[in-house]
Amino acid sequence: MYALCTDLDALSGTMSNDAELIDTLAGFALFADLDLAALERVAHMAEEEVFAAGARVIRQGLTGSGLHVILEGAAAVVIDGDERARFGPGDFFGEISVLLGIAPVADIVAVQPLRALVLAGPETEAFLLSNPRVMYRMLQAMARRLRAANRWSG
Amino acid sequence: MAQPAGSYPVVVVGSGPGGLQVAAELKALGVHHAVISADPAPGGMFRRWPHFQRLLSWTKPYVTDDLGDPLAERADWNSLLTELPDARGLQRGFLDGTSSFPSRAEMEANLVAFAERAAGDVRYDCAWQATRLVEDPDGTRFVLETQGGEYRARHVVMAVGVAEPWSPPTPGIELATSYADVGPAPQYKGQRVLIIGKQNSGFELASGMLPWARSLALVSPSPTSLSVVTKTLVGVRARYLQPFEDAVLGGGVTILDASLERIERTADGSLAVHLRRAGPGDPLVAEVDAVVAATGFQTPLRDLPSLGVAVTGQSRLPVQTSWWESATLPGIHFAGTITQGARGLRRHGVPSNSGAVHGARYNARLLARRLAGLVDGRVVDQPLVAHDAAVDLITRELTTSPELFHQRGYLARVLASDAAGGLRDEGTQPLTHVLDAGGSDAVAVTLEADGSGSIYPVLFTRIGDATAEHVLDADPRLRYDGDETRKAIASVLQRLSRGGTQRPKAGSAGGVS
Repeated sequence: MYALCTDLDALSGTMSNDAELIDTLAGFALFADLDLAALERVAHMAEEEVFAAGARVIRQGLTGSGLHVILEGAAAVVIDGDERARFGPGDFFGEISVLLGIAPVADIVAVQPLRALVLAGPETEAFLLSNPRVMYRMLQAMARRLRAANRWSG
Repeated sequence: MAQPAGSYPVVVVGSGPGGLQVAAELKALGVHHAVISADPAPGGMFRRWPHFQRLLSWTKPYVTDDLGDPLAERADWNSLLTELPDARGLQRGFLDGTSSFPSRAEMEANLVAFAERAAGDVRYDCAWQATRLVEDPDGTRFVLETQGGEYRARHVVMAVGVAEPWSPPTPGIELATSYADVGPAPQYKGQRVLIIGKQNSGFELASGMLPWARSLALVSPSPTSLSVVTKTLVGVRARYLQPFEDAVLGGGVTILDASLERIERTADGSLAVHLRRAGPGDPLVAEVDAVVAATGFQTPLRDLPSLGVAVTGQSRLPVQTSWWESATLPGIHFAGTITQGARGLRRHGVPSNSGAVHGARYNARLLARRLAGLVDGRVVDQPLVAHDAAVDLITRELTTSPELFHQRGYLARVLASDAAGGLRDEGTQPLTHVLDAGGSDAVAVTLEADGSGSIYPVLFTRIGDATAEHVLDADPRLRYDGDETRKAIASVLQRLSRGGTQRPKAGSAGGVS
């Protein structure tokens, strides 16, 4: 949460009470086990960001990004210019780079205007440890991706 | 004479630091423009706020006597930028010596003086009221309907601040006073005050009310972060820490992590604030005499969203390109604190300083230079630099440049390979623009902070389609001109001159991000 504006808190946060955002989050598998108070904390802790169509959300080769959860829109996984996969609302990305502290091996590009909830890399560990049900759901999603990848390569 | 209604290449809206900085640079570049403002005088937000105490941004006059020394600019977060000798470093002249943080009035005086000496004419009391788009054979033209008639331009710079207080739609919120309407501190003498919001504005109010209130409570759902803990400008600043000490030493301040459910008037005329504590979710009722909502600010963009300017988040900041232009309505540009909506890479979760004068002033200057190109086809000189000289240039930038220092992680000094064999000095540009632009191989030189407490150089290379980062070791003195640094820089430049070989290898299947 950024708060300065020389003397005022220009950006975000505070009592967002953003019922719409919380409703959206409640509909995602990743957050399906959280009660209202926990969802409110998620909405409050992460930053909502919007990317124009064509904007690069995560960049191949550059560390320091965050865990992104798509609220609205779609993003493509692009490796060396080739689209490899596509993500939509409820999907997350950026986790491998954050968990391993390595540079992403793909660009993630907004293919239409993208609204995402972004948790900065350094905050992700504490977030997952304090929300084990989210961590479990994330493991499930990653297991599904791994299974799909094994099928392709098999 | 302020420019009357009519057609201009560029119209700037606002006379706070953002508007004045753009105006001064446009004037210096000789770009024909008009500046209009709803206010009767310069200063923007600083004509009204902060209510109590002083600013959060310092000006240290005794770092150097030489105003032309870039280090003077590093040490002065409040003065606007100009080459005019009598308008540089103005805040230094408006400090009474009791603090390096100017009072609101001292900041206002600094901005008034800058407006007189450097910013040119501004038409005051000329509020922008509505906007129309007119399509003509040359493209889109904006018509700004104002109190003083219609201003037309292809390029409009909105420098209207992120300063419209926002309150959550909680039942009973009308019983709370908005940040904007808070009166003088003595008004809260002997009162029990509950402040909704635990960011700087909430703590500013709490600090101001400490000598007067009977008790103070600060409430919001998440724990407060402190700048001295995050080691960035994120979080409550050191100047507002006193309420924390009062809270932990039993001084009559309560700091609560709780959600606000409703506010009600009680039979005896006081206010009952119904809260739900974070974590356990226990309900809690606070009975107080006054509730103040310090719950954030919005961007007053009027009808622009309905005309196609996409906005985001509770602050309704416009979605912007790297150059602070609306990502969805080209021709609408932004200056001042609104430019924090251009997120940049935000590596390690650390944002740019565009939300503060000491960051936004550099954005505004670059925006004016870009407008000079768009409007008059002005081309900025890009001198050729030999490799050895490039190392000197980079070490000097890293050690003294004010814009790389204040806009850490957002602005970069760019050198690109030239067909002639050397490097082309492309000046200062937004880092994300450099990474996305394509073209010949380039290096983007930045300073960065990751919340570890140090400020260190990162050189980004763009070689072919591939980008890569080269993080140099931090120096606690911020001296980046030693032999080791020079060697590291030279080795990065070597990659550039060879070009095209640094593309990272794609990962295996499933390795997505």
